[in-house]
Amino acid sequence: MAIANDFRRSELVAGLVRSINQHATREARFMEFCGGHTVAILKNGIRQLLPPAIALTSGPGCPVCVTDNADLDKAIALARLPNLIMASFGDMLRVPGSSSSLQEARAAGSDIRIVYSPLDALELARTNPQKSVVFLAVGFETTAPGVAASVLQAKKEGLKNYYILSLHKLCPPITKVLLDSGEINIHGLICPGHVSAIIGSNPWQFIARDYGIPCVVSGFEPLDILQCVDMLTQQVARKEAKVEIAYKRSVTPQGNLTAIKIMEQVFQPAPSCWRGVGKVADSGLVLKPEFKDFDAELNFDFDPGPTKTQKGCICGDILRGVKTPQECKLFRKVCTPMSPVGPCMVSSEGSCAAYYHYGEEDVR
Amino acid sequence: MSDKVLLAHGSGGKLAHEIIHNNFLSALDNPILNQLDDSAIINAEGKLAFTTDSYVVQPIFFPGGDIGKLAICGTVNDLAMVGAKPLYLSLAFIIEEGLPIKDLRKIIASIKETADEAGVIIVTGDTKVVNRGSADRLFINTAGIGIIPPGVNISGHNAQPGDAVIINGTIGDHGIAVLSQREGLGFTTKLESDCSPLNGLVAEMLEVSNAIRCLRDPTRGGLASTLNELAEQSGVSIRIEEDKIPVREEVGSACEMLGLDPLHVANEGKLVAIVDAEDAEAIVARMQKNQYGRDAAIIGEVQEEHPGRVVMKTRLGTSRIVDMLVGEPLPRIC
Repeated sequence: MAIANDFRRSELVAGLVRSINQHATREARFMEFCGGHTVAILKNGIRQLLPPAIALTSGPGCPVCVTDNADLDKAIALARLPNLIMASFGDMLRVPGSSSSLQEARAAGSDIRIVYSPLDALELARTNPQKSVVFLAVGFETTAPGVAASVLQAKKEGLKNYYILSLHKLCPPITKVLLDSGEINIHGLICPGHVSAIIGSNPWQFIARDYGIPCVVSGFEPLDILQCVDMLTQQVARKEAKVEIAYKRSVTPQGNLTAIKIMEQVFQPAPSCWRGVGKVADSGLVLKPEFKDFDAELNFDFDPGPTKTQKGCICGDILRGVKTPQECKLFRKVCTPMSPVGPCMVSSEGSCAAYYHYGEEDVR
Repeated sequence: MSDKVLLAHGSGGKLAHEIIHNNFLSALDNPILNQLDDSAIINAEGKLAFTTDSYVVQPIFFPGGDIGKLAICGTVNDLAMVGAKPLYLSLAFIIEEGLPIKDLRKIIASIKETADEAGVIIVTGDTKVVNRGSADRLFINTAGIGIIPPGVNISGHNAQPGDAVIINGTIGDHGIAVLSQREGLGFTTKLESDCSPLNGLVAEMLEVSNAIRCLRDPTRGGLASTLNELAEQSGVSIRIEEDKIPVREEVGSACEMLGLDPLHVANEGKLVAIVDAEDAEAIVARMQKNQYGRDAAIIGEVQEEHPGRVVMKTRLGTSRIVDMLVGEPLPRIC
């Protein structure tokens, strides 16, 4: 808490707010890519500190949310196989697929365990040698190195019952797709902190260079975010577009070279399906051929059934930054965290859940 | 004699007698329980409070307590939260076969110690043993009866605009202490559960003020859920200040790491009191003299507008809604 408190000191907050006000001479809309940022912004009421000229809009950075129904259906079908343990991060359990969820599969008898790390899944494989253990590998560049390390370790130990279902997604390619679509009009990008801790800030250079949009990597404390908004506001005022880091304690331009190496050793880029966007080339990760023995998709026979989408749910539009949760007809009425229609209401990093829990309407 | 609880121990036959006499009766010994009739016969006069709760915490031993202590504190506290003086408890065990007898004894000893501290007696009980896999080591149910002193009227419906909101200490200790013991979470802490009987503290608070309107123990769902319940029941809003809510550094750090909000983490030795603002400081001063109220603080106030809402002024000076916990993000903790 000491650290957290340091990052919430009121005099530092006031200084940054002054600077933002001073530089916000033009209207500007910044997109926070990452769901973690959306939550931090709402939880700390950061919009209340910003001048009217500065708008923040949420992006696609919630790995649970962007997982397509077809992929969720695969996970659910796999989990239903006999003699199989599905290990998953807790957030995934309640996400509705086409016609069911992992939570429902678990209630119907599937063995689904919540884990906090792929290494926990590996341990399940060691202690349950008579069963197959499948780790549901959902996440961005942040989680991929850990999963890669678990595969390398499994190979080293000669584990024959450990598999992953790789639904990993990559952040820079989807950002390019969003910008190319012309649907969003943004003047700055709040780049994801944890993703950039792995890949570095360099992979965002193309956005500044090719699209003229300022990019600043941010941490997740209120002061990090305010500093990031201040740096973006200053770039806009100076009509600059460059990549900066407001999260230097974790992020370098080159990133974590060890993590990148492990990731590249085990995975290769592949097309991936994003909710609300569709298939995007080279935006996912699959296991390289030499690791195919660990690929759940190649080693089990299962039928995910037909893919359906949720009626009336605008999670896709919200993830593209085109709409806000409050614009959804289902928000708070039909769709709540207790009975979520779409994933953005389930995930702890989902925009709809963040607006639902911390919403700023009528609190001041 | 087996060093583990066997199915036969729950059969009602000789082994059942043996386990009850050697473990429960010998430890919990009192004249009402010792009658061993089908019901306990007790005398009570006045307005009765009656409550029940089941305890399924896992692991059954955790830093600062165990399932036995929890089963007593939980029910004692539920009685105390309506201002009742807790008197009699029932105690029912559902044991998974194979539980070591020494663990059973340890838990019964802890029950005895906690009941003595709270001034309650166990007057009736039951033991069942189920097949392996039908329960997770040990489940306990307790029910309790207490007497509400004349003039005391405490209910979640009583909060009024202008009232002060008090907490008796740091939040989240129990939830984080239990979580730290879980396989797979892999963090170590010296933190202990706050599990404790609060009836003594409540009795002292009632000595200071007759304007205590609501009391509630923020167990599962944490402080956030309790405040939302009270705001809803009383048709008021509650405004709290982040700066004033006591949170231990370890709890704050663990929550940051696990992505939890301390406001949603369970407590087992905490109470929220909504009291007439005029009495608030005197009540807090008295609470701070009690070992279970040392860090007591006024954390907010009751307001009229936006009934049913809980709003927090953050450290940044901004405001946000504080919502109830939804679902069970992590395995069971009480």
